[in-house]
Amino acid sequence: MAMPGMYVSPEQLMQDRADYARKGISRGRSLAAVEYRGGIALVAENASSTLRKVSEIYDRIAFGGVGRYNEFDQLRIAGVRHAELKGYQYSREDVDARSLANQYAQMLGQIFTHEMKPMEVEIVVAEIDSSGTPELYRIQYDGTVVDEQHWCCIGGDADAVLGRLNDGWSADLDRDDAVRLAVSALAGPERSLAAEDLEVAVLSPGSGRRCFKRLEDNETETLLA
Amino acid sequence: MPFHLLGDDPGTDFVNLLRQNGLDPFPPALPGTIDAGHATTVLALRFSGGVVVAGDRRATSGHLISHRDMQKVFAADEYSAVAIAGAAGPAIQMVRVFQLQLEYYEKIEGKPLTLEGKANQLAEMLRGHLPQAMQGLAVVPIFAGFDPAHEAGRLFQFDVTGGRYEEQDFATSGSGSLHAGTVVKLGYSRDLSESEALFLAVKALWHAADEDSATGGPDPIRGIYPVLAVIDGEGFRQLSDEESGAVFADFRHELTEG
Repeated sequence: MAMPGMYVSPEQLMQDRADYARKGISRGRSLAAVEYRGGIALVAENASSTLRKVSEIYDRIAFGGVGRYNEFDQLRIAGVRHAELKGYQYSREDVDARSLANQYAQMLGQIFTHEMKPMEVEIVVAEIDSSGTPELYRIQYDGTVVDEQHWCCIGGDADAVLGRLNDGWSADLDRDDAVRLAVSALAGPERSLAAEDLEVAVLSPGSGRRCFKRLEDNETETLLA
Repeated sequence: MPFHLLGDDPGTDFVNLLRQNGLDPFPPALPGTIDAGHATTVLALRFSGGVVVAGDRRATSGHLISHRDMQKVFAADEYSAVAIAGAAGPAIQMVRVFQLQLEYYEKIEGKPLTLEGKANQLAEMLRGHLPQAMQGLAVVPIFAGFDPAHEAGRLFQFDVTGGRYEEQDFATSGSGSLHAGTVVKLGYSRDLSESEALFLAVKALWHAADEDSATGGPDPIRGIYPVLAVIDGEGFRQLSDEESGAVFADFRHELTEG
């Protein structure tokens, strides 16, 4: 027997959840990832210097998250665990961003359809693979994965930021150019962002095994000056 | 992908994470004993700017030499090192899990463990390893590092039960440790420079290899030399075989020319 007034169509249910998640994400500040010659720069607008939006996952893999902090931090930790377990069981070279992005997609998709509340997050998984080729994956609150080319942006103001990244990006950017481009794209024409409003990290193969490096505020300041 | 509820979250404990995922890194002891041999000389000594860690390259099984170029000194992370003596298989596994534990903690917490915390972590692993040690698979490491809080090198000696002993001057472990320790003791002073400390380490290893059949000496024919590493404010640095060979050449000069 039909229950009048109780029925919600699956389309409506999904729509409501998506709206809810988007609303949560749009309240937060954005994060941009920009490829450059020999690396990827990850820049987030973040007034806190202790609660991170950008983090190291593994030797060649970085993570960026926006939205609800406790939720994307939980995803970050799950990612570190996934990578460490895989690297322990097989080898460090067997850990890659594609598989990690798929795992995130599975998890977010599962939560989106089966839990009371979707995660109010959007994340980026970045990798410099063993041949030096950059890879960028953007994963949405509902588990949609997008394989991004050259740059991507997540967070509240993403559309406007993407437009500015599109205008400014070229294949011959170096690290400092990429950071400057990300900062100006995040700021837009009306604002300017100082080093203390930003969280900046790069993924760049150097002499060591770990490619993730944070830029201290004074380094960012010099670079933006 | 591991996703934990609050109750069963393994937190910053990597061994626990492995166990929860069916990958126990230290399997339980079985009845019976194995004689795996504990042939080695490793040592660490403090100098004015940090600490030098050194180890020979020989691995033996019974009276046979099983490896000539074995590594017994490992960077635990950027600012610390662990040198191992004891059963090779379990010792290398312990170092591997220890290295992963330090990095895992750093990534989960967003900052590294203190040097003291790292030493305690290794002691904990040794305590867990006691059943294997009772079967003849003992592991006796030395842990050394640069402590930014003290702006100095620090070193720790352990026993098979997980006892942890901080040493002020030097520490040795392995079958040649008695000879090596005596040489270091006679030549030691607290104001050694880095190069003096390296020279003393080489001298100690050479004398240990000269007296103990299970400790390998320099092998100039193959270009294999004991491992020498320095940890100071700049971090961990292992000397190349050429650099180690040069220190041995200096020592040879002293030995032959007086």
